[in-house]
Amino acid sequence: MREEDGQVIKDFMYVMRRAPHGTIYTYEGLEMVLITAAYEQDITIAFIDDGVYSLIKHQDTDDLQIKGYVKTFTALDDYEVEKLYVDRQSLEERGLNKDDLIVDVEILESAEIGKLMEEQDVVIHN
Amino acid sequence: MPLNRKQDKVQFLLILTIENVNMKIGILLKEGPYNHQAADSAYLFAKAAIKRGHDVESVFLYNDGVINASKLADPPQDDRNIYQRWSELGKEGVTILVCVAAAKRRGISEEVLIENASITGLGVLTDIAIRADRLVTFGD
Repeated sequence: MREEDGQVIKDFMYVMRRAPHGTIYTYEGLEMVLITAAYEQDITIAFIDDGVYSLIKHQDTDDLQIKGYVKTFTALDDYEVEKLYVDRQSLEERGLNKDDLIVDVEILESAEIGKLMEEQDVVIHN
Repeated sequence: MPLNRKQDKVQFLLILTIENVNMKIGILLKEGPYNHQAADSAYLFAKAAIKRGHDVESVFLYNDGVINASKLADPPQDDRNIYQRWSELGKEGVTILVCVAAAKRRGISEEVLIENASITGLGVLTDIAIRADRLVTFGD
């Protein structure tokens, strides 16, 4: 937590831990991220467990008749949301690697993500 | 001996001080009533925190959590009425807030809202998270 020009800026972490289209958690979580970003807070997103699937390339939701939103992740840069972390073990367990992901992320060990989590002011699980 | 007694006294005062720290708490509830325990836990937590002297400022309903604010539900009489609980908590001064975007998806509008709740935007949740000492999330 810090203050800039009289405004309080907190460290927010959003944890994405579910597959992108089986439930609405990740999508509505992303809506929270965008609003928090508009409030110029310091945002981190951690992708763990099935959450890592949110970032895979070539997602096509047409047959599901669900509005796709993976492109929003590629636009996070514009909202100055740049701290995206992916759990290495979750990625490896699912046979994925960095090249499968649509955005540039930093791959961290679970313990490192845990440490980051500890440093946050606000952690919201989705 | 005198030194020990002094130490004891200091420790005692320290405990008192810690117990007297009143926190400003915001609650984020992400699940609907009955299907998950989250709505029960959030309510019981709010009551316990208030009893301890903390300031539970608001409960923000998101995802399926918005369904907690429907007045159309009519649960069995011999069970807890989760909707009514929130309304009563609202009456006691806790602000019960419903996210407009999540509410629109789920058929929750001003017309079907329980008493003492209101519809607002996600920006307010961010505000709560900034202002509160702790934002406590209840979900699945």
